[in-house]
Amino acid sequence: MAELILKDLHKSYGSTEVLHGVSGDIADGEFVVIVGPSGCGKSTLLRMIAGLEGITSGEVRIGGRVVNDLEPAERDIAMVFQNYALYPHMSVRQNMAYGLKIRGLPKAEIERRVNEAADILEIRQYLDRKPRQLSGGQRQRVAMGRAIVREPEVFLFDEPLSNLDAKLRVQMRLEIRKLQERLGVTSVYVTHDQVEAMTLGDRLMVLNAGHVEQFGTPLELYERPASVFVAGFIGSPAMNFLPAEGIEGGLLRLESGATLPGARGAGPVTLGMRPEHLIADSEGPIRIRVSVLEQLGSNTLVHGTLEGTEREMVASLPGIHQIPEGEVLGFLIRSDELHQFDAATGKRL
Amino acid sequence: MLKRVHYSPSLLPYLLVAPQVAITLVFFIWPASQALYQSFLIEDAFGLSTEFVWFENFIALFKDPIYVETFWRTAYFSLAVAGLSMGLALVLAAFADRVVRGATFYRTLLIWPYAIAPVLAGALWVFMFNPTLGIVAYALDALGIEWNHKLNGSQAMLLVIMAAAWKQVAYNFLFFLAAMQSIPKSVIEAAAIDGAGPVKRFWTIIFPLITPTTFFLLVVNMVYAFFDTFGIIHAVTQGGPANATTILVYKVYNDGFVGLDLGSSAAQSVILMAIVIALTVVQFRFIEKRVEY
Repeated sequence: MAELILKDLHKSYGSTEVLHGVSGDIADGEFVVIVGPSGCGKSTLLRMIAGLEGITSGEVRIGGRVVNDLEPAERDIAMVFQNYALYPHMSVRQNMAYGLKIRGLPKAEIERRVNEAADILEIRQYLDRKPRQLSGGQRQRVAMGRAIVREPEVFLFDEPLSNLDAKLRVQMRLEIRKLQERLGVTSVYVTHDQVEAMTLGDRLMVLNAGHVEQFGTPLELYERPASVFVAGFIGSPAMNFLPAEGIEGGLLRLESGATLPGARGAGPVTLGMRPEHLIADSEGPIRIRVSVLEQLGSNTLVHGTLEGTEREMVASLPGIHQIPEGEVLGFLIRSDELHQFDAATGKRL
Repeated sequence: MLKRVHYSPSLLPYLLVAPQVAITLVFFIWPASQALYQSFLIEDAFGLSTEFVWFENFIALFKDPIYVETFWRTAYFSLAVAGLSMGLALVLAAFADRVVRGATFYRTLLIWPYAIAPVLAGALWVFMFNPTLGIVAYALDALGIEWNHKLNGSQAMLLVIMAAAWKQVAYNFLFFLAAMQSIPKSVIEAAAIDGAGPVKRFWTIIFPLITPTTFFLLVVNMVYAFFDTFGIIHAVTQGGPANATTILVYKVYNDGFVGLDLGSSAAQSVILMAIVIALTVVQFRFIEKRVEY
């Protein structure tokens, strides 16, 4: 059993630095998702943990052991790749047994572990097939089976579901979560899909351009995003951002001239409002001129602009509504659901 | 009812294939049929009398211990050339595959030998190994090895094998490298995480995955050793000493153009033709079956 500790990890290719000091403690048995847009360095970080990329500076510890200079094989990890990376010339059974054979386990033990993993993943009937005879979802299971049989200290997942179709992805997502809970192995999972991240992770590490924006539970990220980036990345539809200014009397003045209570200081700020937190109220100060409606059945997404400005906004109303285009609706927001960020740095106030 | 598209008969398609057909006829079908016809004849050295003898030339060949010996020598030579050049190329490609910096430079250098004409390649090796002048012969002498491929048959054989293999390394290298680079990187990484070191990875993952290429190269190299090494042998040893480096294709030349036994020479070339056809058939049959991906 092992915890995984990342300490001030840097990675440079020549003179370009792609990771600027990533730190984080991942507890034993925890499922952490590293999430961020493409090019943020999340895969690089995972590969550094795996030992497939060198570490420019900083430290990776697995179970108390510094593994910086260890080969991938010596780190006691298993990795599931985006393209599965199955050995195409070996049967499913041989694929799963490969790592065990190399480690010189007795034949009976290999047999037992492979069968056990095959039962867990329900791929017993495919054991003698070649990878090319399997579907995407089955290959994915085999790739996980290959990781499970090793009984490693840490599982690493590199966007393992991105090659699957939407329906299968949802199903496999649940299975991965269940499997991880059952095995209780520390896991690090990389994805660019925020829904996948929210549903899978005990905690999420949001990366942006090589920096950790926030590292916390999904609800923390949703309720108290540390920056404009996290706020915009987590949640669907995305949060509305409005520039505003703190004025006398603890008020915030919007561009439309309307004021909201709850200013945390004077000067310019960026306000964040989740569409689902906007409450329709004919007297509400946030007035939106409706342009388009999206009917989702359970709720209605109201797209429009802040009255008197060109600011695009979205509000989510529960239930079905018919609102003519061009009508102006008023909205309220509870002050504890109104996020305020520094206009210059984007950090939470 | 399906309507059939009718093309009005035109001369154009025939005109377009005519050059190819003409070239094939003039440079392949005609000489080949001439050789086949010639192989049934016995002609005196001056071309004054010709006799049609059916298979007598072939029968004489297989009764001739020198020819049978040449047959085995050729097999040995081809296998040695193919083995040596493919082995070297495989090692070079395995390392080139791991090189990150300067890969293009390294690759370019390795491809050069392929651009050298066989006779020149042979000349290079003759100079290096010349018993009296050659730098390698000199170095070997310092090590206490007496090198004289003009007297020592096995040394001569070794020399032509090395020269022929060297020239083919570049070609094999290119194919091996391309095959290795087409293996997804993550498969190799997965093996590394599974605990396989570089050597183990090579033999259990990379090598099995490039089998189709290996097989293709084996056939190509055999054909090369059978036919295209004539220039090298001619430049290096002229088949000597005492026929020690005379392979089938060299004997065809020697018996026909030096010995002026055209019938026997033609019969030998017909046999060679049969061998290359057989090799090609084998290649196509197996290559289609053994593709692994």
